[in-house]
Amino acid sequence: MPAVPEVDATAVLVGFARALRAAGVAAGPDRVQTFLGALELLGSEVRSDVYWAGRLTLCGSQDDLERYDRVFAAYFAQHPHPGERARPAPAPKPVPRPVAAQAGTSPERDEEDAVAQPAAALASSAEVLRHRDMAELNAAERAQLRRLLAAFSLSGEPRRTPRLRPARRGGVDPRRTVRELLHRGGEPARLRYRAPATKPRRVVLLLDVSGSMDPYADALLRFAHAAAHGSSSRTPTEVFTIGTRLTRVTREMTHRDPDAALAAVASAVPDWSGGTRLGEMLRGFLDRWGQRGTARGAVVVVLSDGWERGDPALLAAQMRRLHRLAHRVVWANPRKARPGYEPLAAGMAAALPSVDAFVEGHSLGALERLAAVVRGASDA
Amino acid sequence: MTDGPGELRARLEKTGYLVDDGLAIACFLALKLHRPIFCEGDAGTGKTALASALAQVQGAPLIRLQCYEGIDASQALYDWDFPRQLLHLRAAEAVGVTDAGRLESELYSRRFLIARPLLQALETQPSVLLVDEVDRADDEFEAFLLELLSEYSVTVPELGTLRAASPPVVVLTSNRTREVHDALKRRCLYHWFDHPGFERELAIVRRRQPQVTERLAAQVTAVVQTLRTQDLLKPPGVAETIDWAEALDALGATELDAELAVATLGSVLKYREDADRARSLDLSAILAARGA
Repeated sequence: MPAVPEVDATAVLVGFARALRAAGVAAGPDRVQTFLGALELLGSEVRSDVYWAGRLTLCGSQDDLERYDRVFAAYFAQHPHPGERARPAPAPKPVPRPVAAQAGTSPERDEEDAVAQPAAALASSAEVLRHRDMAELNAAERAQLRRLLAAFSLSGEPRRTPRLRPARRGGVDPRRTVRELLHRGGEPARLRYRAPATKPRRVVLLLDVSGSMDPYADALLRFAHAAAHGSSSRTPTEVFTIGTRLTRVTREMTHRDPDAALAAVASAVPDWSGGTRLGEMLRGFLDRWGQRGTARGAVVVVLSDGWERGDPALLAAQMRRLHRLAHRVVWANPRKARPGYEPLAAGMAAALPSVDAFVEGHSLGALERLAAVVRGASDA
Repeated sequence: MTDGPGELRARLEKTGYLVDDGLAIACFLALKLHRPIFCEGDAGTGKTALASALAQVQGAPLIRLQCYEGIDASQALYDWDFPRQLLHLRAAEAVGVTDAGRLESELYSRRFLIARPLLQALETQPSVLLVDEVDRADDEFEAFLLELLSEYSVTVPELGTLRAASPPVVVLTSNRTREVHDALKRRCLYHWFDHPGFERELAIVRRRQPQVTERLAAQVTAVVQTLRTQDLLKPPGVAETIDWAEALDALGATELDAELAVATLGSVLKYREDADRARSLDLSAILAARGA
C-alpha cells in the first residue's frame, strides 16, 4: 500500500479501535497507544502487519480474537488504505443479537411498575414468601422476592491453601521470628508462628435457561447475580448459562446493579427458552473451562430441572467427568418440591449417580438451603 | 539486535523454534517496546518453548518462575538470608562491634538478600524471564507482578529501589484455568497459540527430531492432525507429536503402521477415553492417505 500522511492514518486506526470497542473488545486508550507505537515501530502499512500489530496490542483474550477478525475485515473493507483522506469512521456493525435474546426478561418489565408496597408489610410477608414456589408468585411478590434475593450471598466451603499466614499456633515462622531476633540484637525473643490460610472454594453456577425453566429463570439469575457479588473477590463465583448453547456470563454479572447485569446477560445469551441438551452443554463446559481448572476443586452447582432433549448416556458420562474434577457437585431442581416428584426425567435420572447433593430450588427458602449446602453443610 | 520481524524470525528458526508471522511480530515488538508477551493457548503448543528460543536468540540466560497457588513475594522476588544475618550478628558481637547503626545497615545489605527468579531477572543483563502458568497464581500475586512489569523495578524497604538497567524480555504463559486480570494483560502483547497446520508441524518435528525419517515424521504428524479433529478430552499438542516421533524412533521404527501406532498411543493421548476413541479410528486409512 502507498505511503500516506501520518495524521490520516492515525485517524483511520483510531477509528478502527473505536469500531472494536463497539464490538465489545476492551481496547482502551492505552492499548490504542501501544497499537500506534507498534505500527510506527514496524514502519509498515502492509495489511498483515496492521492486522498483527492490532491483534497483539488490542486484544486480551481468545474471545476477543473472533470479534477482532470480524471487525478487521469489515472495517478495512471500507478503509482499503489506512491513510485515505479523512472519512468519518463508519458506524460499527453491532454484534448480531438474536431477536429472542430479550425474551427472558422482558415479560417481567411490565410488572416492575405495578409494585409499590409499604416497607412495613415487607418483613412480615417475607417469611410467607420464603417457602412459596417462585413460579406461582404475582407481580408484587416477585418484586419483593427480588429485593430479598439481592441480599443473598454464596461462598464455597473453606479449604486450606498453601499460603501461610501469621497465626497464634502452628509452625514456627522463621521470617518474623528472626526479624524480631535481629531487632533485639540477637537476644532470644518470642517465637512467631504461622499456619495455612483458608480460602473459600470457587463456586461455579451452571444455570439452565431453557424453556422448561422459564418461570424460574429471572429469580435464579438474580440469585446468581447476588451470589457473584456476595462471594469474596479472591474466589469469584463463575456463572454459565446452559440451554442450546453454553454462555459464560461471569463478566456480564459484574454489573453492580442487578437490572443492568440481567440486561447484559440477556443480550449475551442467545438461547433463551430453547430446548436443553444438557449433556452436550456440560461437555462444552468441561472441555473449554472445567478441565482446565474452573471446575477443579470447585463446588459446582447445576440449577436445572434435568429435562434433557439429547442423549441421557452422554449426560451421564459428562456428569461422571464433572464429578471427578469438582470437589462437590450440587444439583438444585425447582421441580423437586412438587408433590409426588420422582427424578424420572431421563436426564435427571442419568445425572443423579454423579451428584453429591440433590436439593430443591423452587423458593427463597430452598435457595437458602442451597447456599448452606454450598458452604459445606451436610447435604439434603 | 535485529532489524525487523523477518530477521528475528530467521534467528528464532535457527534455534529450532519455528514461528509464524504473528508470533514473529509479537517477539519483535516485545523486544523493541519492552513489553511482556502474554501467551495463551492449549497445552503443548509451544508457549514455554518460546521463552527458551528467545533466550538462545538473545544469548541470554533463561530465568524461569513457575507459578502455583499461594506463591508470594518471598518465593518469587527476594528473601532475607536470616541464618546468615544471625550468624553475622553473633560474629559482630564476638569481636565487640558496638556501632548499632552500622551493624543494622550491614545486616540489611545486598549481601544478605537472596534473589529469587524475578529479582534475578532484573539484575541479570540481558536475560529472558519466563513466568510460567501465571493463571495458577492468585490475584495478590498478579497485582504484585503488575507493579514489577510496569516499572521493571523492585522496592526492598530496607534497601530502596532496585531497578533493571535494561529490562528483561518477559514471557508470561497461561493455560486459561481462570481469567487473568485485565490490568496485567494490558501491559502485555497478547498472543494466542493455535495448533499448527500439517506443513508447519511437520517442519517442527523435522527440526526437533532430525534423526527421524521423513516418512515417519510425516505419518506421525498426519495422525496427530487427524486426532485433533476428533472430539478428544485432551487434543494432543505439538509437544506430544515430537514425543511420539522420538518414542517411535527409539523403538527403531522408520515408518508407522496401525499396529505400532496403537501400541505407542500413550505418547500422544493421556486419557483412556481418548485412547479408546483413537483405537476405533481406521488408522491404516489415515496412514495410507498420507502414505507418500
